[in-house]
Amino acid sequence: MTTYSYFPGCSLKGSGRAYEESLLPVLRALDVELEELDDWNCCGATAYMAVDEVRACVIASRNLALAEKLSHKELLAPCNACYLVLNKTQHYMKESPSVQGAIQKALKAGGLTCKGTQPVRHPLDVIVNTIGLDAIRKRVRRPLTGLKVAPYYGCQIVRPYATFDDQYNPTTMDRLLEALGCTVVPFPLKTRCCGGSLTGTLPEPGLHCSYLILKEALRRQADVIATVCPLCQFNLDSYHDKIAGKWGAVRIPTVYMTQLMGLAFNMNERELGLYRGFIPMKPLPASKPAE
Amino acid sequence: MKLKKRIIQYEAERVVGFADEIRNVPGCEELRSCIQCGTCSGVCPLSTYMDYSPRQIIGMVQSGFKDKALRSHTIWLCASCYSCAVECPRKIRITDIMYELKQRAIQERIYPRRFPIPILAQEFNKMAQTHGRVTENVLAAIMFLKSTWWTAFGMWRLGLGLMRRGRFPLHLESIKRKDELNRMLKTLDKVTIDMLHDERGKGEPARGGGR
Ligand code: SF4
Ligand code: SF4
Repeated sequence: MTTYSYFPGCSLKGSGRAYEESLLPVLRALDVELEELDDWNCCGATAYMAVDEVRACVIASRNLALAEKLSHKELLAPCNACYLVLNKTQHYMKESPSVQGAIQKALKAGGLTCKGTQPVRHPLDVIVNTIGLDAIRKRVRRPLTGLKVAPYYGCQIVRPYATFDDQYNPTTMDRLLEALGCTVVPFPLKTRCCGGSLTGTLPEPGLHCSYLILKEALRRQADVIATVCPLCQFNLDSYHDKIAGKWGAVRIPTVYMTQLMGLAFNMNERELGLYRGFIPMKPLPASKPAE
Repeated sequence: MKLKKRIIQYEAERVVGFADEIRNVPGCEELRSCIQCGTCSGVCPLSTYMDYSPRQIIGMVQSGFKDKALRSHTIWLCASCYSCAVECPRKIRITDIMYELKQRAIQERIYPRRFPIPILAQEFNKMAQTHGRVTENVLAAIMFLKSTWWTAFGMWRLGLGLMRRGRFPLHLESIKRKDELNRMLKTLDKVTIDMLHDERGKGEPARGGGR
């Protein structure tokens, strides 16, 4: 049994709660426990960086400090944006004496300390590179044979820091999905931008980014898109009406990789939060539960 | 034959020292080494929607065309995907430069009027600061009310759909130890004001101002 500190981030408590609902039981099934940071705050995300970068780092550093207080070795951040912001803050702490100075002064005023050296990891990395595909294969009760999946990673999990995979053609999730029995379709847009927060602010260019990804997934005859980020999931799943009105219908469900893992582990669909998506997944192709 | 639109820049528009100011910001140091190869514009998924390509923006900053760069739509269209930054042959962190330009534009209040993105950024900032957490749907509502409120009417279906799926929290998320965060941010204010005096004190006041 391993325990990680856990920084859920705002989305996983709001519009992306299906991610948390599927992440926790799936990790538990693999003998990994998470301890949520006590009183964590918003990581700052990209919107904060646009107002004041140093401030964004300070806000994020409070979470790093809270994580260092716990006795676990590593911190898990499932949202791509949180994952990047926390990593970026650590980079800045190392690279820039002025940012480091500001952070330390501010933390001191809050009665906290932070070295900034604890590894911040994404569940995808932990699941494949630490838990390992063999353990996953052993836990699969109902292989997702015949399910064609387009793996969509998003930007910030691999860029700008290639922490555990290639910056344009990552394959970690591909291997995971194969271990679950899925057929992974070739998907060259796997790290193209989904539009980020533009979909809400400037729909025309923002939604067009999402549209291109959805269309490509359909062209590749995928049944479902797998994501590892709550904002990507939201963008690819929630705006189908608007997208259809502008460029034509591209209906395809988008789910979290952890939901697919849960299905392969034969967990309850409802408990995995699958009903929370706008475009429902088709019932799985009949496959007998393995003995 | 169609005439090609050319941008004419006048020497008088240059703000001497602007490039150096930006270069002093952590993450923007390599600005000077841009060779205008255009790789950034080529890989940028949003460049087709931008009024100036990322390469042009870097060029403007390099040569001190501050006003044009800060007024551009480009900086607000940048979705922070970091494609440009990892491909740039001179290792320029274009995304971070875009962030810095957004910050300048907000500070000097010269972004396009009723343009929702700066408003989102500011409201996000406020909410994260006062509550410690962000409740996305409330944030979206405030943002639409402050900028393009009429589009909020078009969003009611999305809100309803989220509500039906239990993804629309009705209470405002908040942290418990707000005083801890506030003390941190107050201290930071003092630190950054000192830093601003050191680093940016020499900068010129914004031109044009207003919108
Ligand atoms: S890719 Fe780099 S060097 Fe090339 S134009 Fe863009 S910023 Fe300049
Ligand atoms: S980070 Fe911004 S400028 Fe760079 S490629 Fe992405 S959207 Fe374009």
